Amino acid sequence: MALELELISPIDVAKDIALAVQDYTLLSAQSLANFFRRPLYMGDMLQQADLIGVGSLPIVVLTGLSVGALLALNAASTLEQFGGITLIGRLVSIGMVTELGPLITGLMVAGRNSSGMASELGSMKVTEQIDAMLALGTDPTKKLITPRIGATVFMLFFLTIIADLLGLIGGYAVAHLLFGVDTQQYWTTTYQNLVFRDVFTGLIKPVLFGFIIATVGCYYGMATKGGTQGVGRSTTQAVVAASVMILIVDFFATKLIFAIFGYR
Amino acid sequence: MPAPTLPSENPAAAVVSPSGYAIEFDNVSIAFDEKVVLDGISFRLAHGETKAVFGVAGSGKSTLLKLAIGLLRPDSGRIFVLGEEITRMSEQELFELRRRVGIVFQESALFDSLKVYENVGYRLVEEKRPVDEIERRVREVLRFVELERTYDMRPSELSGGMRRRVAIARAITTEPEVLLYDSPTGGLDPVTSNTIVELIVKQRDVYKTSALMVTHRLQDAFTMATYQFDKATNKMVALPKGQHCEVPMSFLILRDAKVIFDGDAHQLATSRDDYIREYIS
Repeated sequence: MALELELISPIDVAKDIALAVQDYTLLSAQSLANFFRRPLYMGDMLQQADLIGVGSLPIVVLTGLSVGALLALNAASTLEQFGGITLIGRLVSIGMVTELGPLITGLMVAGRNSSGMASELGSMKVTEQIDAMLALGTDPTKKLITPRIGATVFMLFFLTIIADLLGLIGGYAVAHLLFGVDTQQYWTTTYQNLVFRDVFTGLIKPVLFGFIIATVGCYYGMATKGGTQGVGRSTTQAVVAASVMILIVDFFATKLIFAIFGYR
Repeated sequence: MPAPTLPSENPAAAVVSPSGYAIEFDNVSIAFDEKVVLDGISFRLAHGETKAVFGVAGSGKSTLLKLAIGLLRPDSGRIFVLGEEITRMSEQELFELRRRVGIVFQESALFDSLKVYENVGYRLVEEKRPVDEIERRVREVLRFVELERTYDMRPSELSGGMRRRVAIARAITTEPEVLLYDSPTGGLDPVTSNTIVELIVKQRDVYKTSALMVTHRLQDAFTMATYQFDKATNKMVALPKGQHCEVPMSFLILRDAKVIFDGDAHQLATSRDDYIREYIS
């Protein structure tokens, strides 16, 4: 069998990318506008909050604990060389609250829920359930996408707080059990070192990441073509795109907050 | 086939508009990725009429139905549904109009996360109707398709034929004025197909709803043209030779993105077009 290679024009590729960005922007804008239009599917939002929030809790607990512990373990050897092991709490708290807590939680939930949303909506798309919903007079962006955005943003906010807290506990376990840091000293330095900017940075990020996770997952689900193979492709693309977007947005959000509030 | 129980007939659904058409396509064209699927299609579906649409795979039959309910927009031409031009409507206006149109999708398209009664009563729930009214209506239409026992089941527990019947029940829940069927017997065995055709005939003759039925099975459409539903026996019975059913039945054939035939069973049977003769032979 002769292998036929089809050459794709760079202009067509650029057009496809521009079209995808346009579709994603429109879908996101419409889904956000739906928060101010009736009906608001609160039941669906609660169901999604349960799936995303409660369902992601075990993985967030595990990663939060281990990242906090690893942060403390890696920092401790350097701090010990300079006799600053007592500062370990400060390092763990800043690292977890401003950066690693939101980022790791975002990436974990992206891996779990962006893929879940893309595959669920993708399956609905290829089996004409989305068309059926439209034909039955329901706007799928209202019924399916807006509740997922609301639920993800809301739950990621609290999941991040949980991950932050567990990271601090993981860091404490390492600092206290392996390096003999005093309990009160650890928690005092942890608490006292945090300023408004750190907490603000750490709590604004999950809002942005939650929005990215839900919109990217839903966009790829709604754009699914080509049967079950298409569903698989959308699922993979959603996780990759959401993770990359989270990393990019994380950098620029941090930079912007630093520019507004000033560096430490 | 066991005798089904008839739901209460709705006179409003059978009202025939004195003017206009249930569906009218005026020079409609649509292409996907430069492939022309429909090219200058024009036809009319009268109120109370049933029109069967034929064509080989990929001839644009399903596209035609999606255009008729506004799920796709044509590149050119105008489409009128129940006297309103849907090609100029906003998405919100389309949602309102779709309440008056029911559609049965090719693979049923039941919401697999919902139970049968939630699927069938979906639109009523969206309209926030009282719970007891929804339950009564859902049971009524499920009884009409002889599947009341599936009320609490999930779509995944149903056979292919049962899913189609539930899809028909969902489409008729709000007593639409126009019904669109996308290959309702596709992929089903002959016995199950016959059950579905009987159900469509029953729906047609009881409610006199206008219908556009896409199919690749000519025998289904001929059965519909030569049988009618007998309310007394609750069964589909063959019409005496030469007698037409009360509800007008017509045929539309698509080929190479164009309409090559639009007429009744007699005109179809006596057509001299080689392609049509080969198609119906």
